[in-house]
Amino acid sequence: MHEMSLTEGVVRILEQQAETHGFTRVKTVWLEIGELSTVIPESMEFCFDAVARGNPLTEGARLEIIRIPGTAWCMECSESVAVTSRIDLCPKCGGARLAVTTGEEMRIKEMEVE
Amino acid sequence: MCTVCGCGESKVEGHSHSHGHGHHHHGHDHHHDHDHDHDMHFGHGIAGVHVPGLSQSRIVQIERDILGHNNDHAGRNRAWLSRRGVFALNLVSSPGSGKTTLLCRTALALKDRFPLAVIEGDQQTSFDADRIRATGIPALQVNTGKGCHLDAHMVETALERLDIAPDSVLFIENVGNLVCPAAFDLGEAYKVAILSVTEGEDKPLKYPDMFHAAGMMILNKTDLLPHCDFDVERCIAFARRVNPDIVVLQLSARTGEGMDEWLAWITEGRRRMAAHRKGLAG
Repeated sequence: MHEMSLTEGVVRILEQQAETHGFTRVKTVWLEIGELSTVIPESMEFCFDAVARGNPLTEGARLEIIRIPGTAWCMECSESVAVTSRIDLCPKCGGARLAVTTGEEMRIKEMEVE
Repeated sequence: MCTVCGCGESKVEGHSHSHGHGHHHHGHDHHHDHDHDHDMHFGHGIAGVHVPGLSQSRIVQIERDILGHNNDHAGRNRAWLSRRGVFALNLVSSPGSGKTTLLCRTALALKDRFPLAVIEGDQQTSFDADRIRATGIPALQVNTGKGCHLDAHMVETALERLDIAPDSVLFIENVGNLVCPAAFDLGEAYKVAILSVTEGEDKPLKYPDMFHAAGMMILNKTDLLPHCDFDVERCIAFARRVNPDIVVLQLSARTGEGMDEWLAWITEGRRRMAAHRKGLAG
């Protein structure tokens, strides 16, 4: 359940941003979570509800998760292929020499604030 | 144009398009009292939607890494360790893989050659730190309480409290867990994943994030191989599938078989860190 500490990290970033940008309430947060990242979006949503509650900045805020599909560069085929996990083989040549290019993201993209 | 209802510049033949009209749709009151020549959209919001009652909200784009806070601490730890020439290893595994036994054997073998220190992560108790201290090297227990992993801030605090000599080797024994510690950089030189042959050989595929993050995999308890159905070659192939560059060692911390290669690898890592420090200083 490291989603709990990740979610606490999200709220900490929101608190810092509230000072920088001068807002007092977060209404929606958009996260970009890659398919190959170590995060289960449903756990993140569950934890966010718990962490956001009781904090005047985040009380009632909505969490929106944007999934980023996994892609990797196949060194055999010399082209970009779609992958859904770290243990995928290249869908074209069946090789394992893949370097992940997208899908590892875990970031706060933007937020709606007031 | 209002992006909620689509009214705006469109003109209906014979219909004078004045925005004083009470405009009801989908049950909500929709007042169009803004001037279309000088559209004012507070809240350049979600897809530019202008919804009454949300006029004070705005969108702030930040593009911040969720792990940024941890990574900042990890970066500071790495710089701190580098300035002191300390070679730090983050040992990760399932509970019961033999991490602490491996550490005790390693401590006994190396403690007269160069300084060592240990940070022990567990949810509760100081049993492991007590075992390490019994070998005569400094150890600090970090109890994570409910936490399932060590984070870089915990390690930063431990570094301040533990008396770590220059040019030493620091072992950070993470909480026994093959999932969560994969995501948290602590500032170490390498993550070392320890897998015992009494576990399944398919663990690198079941927990790919960890074996992807690790620079080395140690297959421990090799003295038990004759009693297990563990296929070493298959296990190594699985690990290479998630991490083609992973270094693999096979040893038994209990009998000492295969320990020499592990000790040599640590010694070489430490030598490089110490040389780097002297290079920085010189």
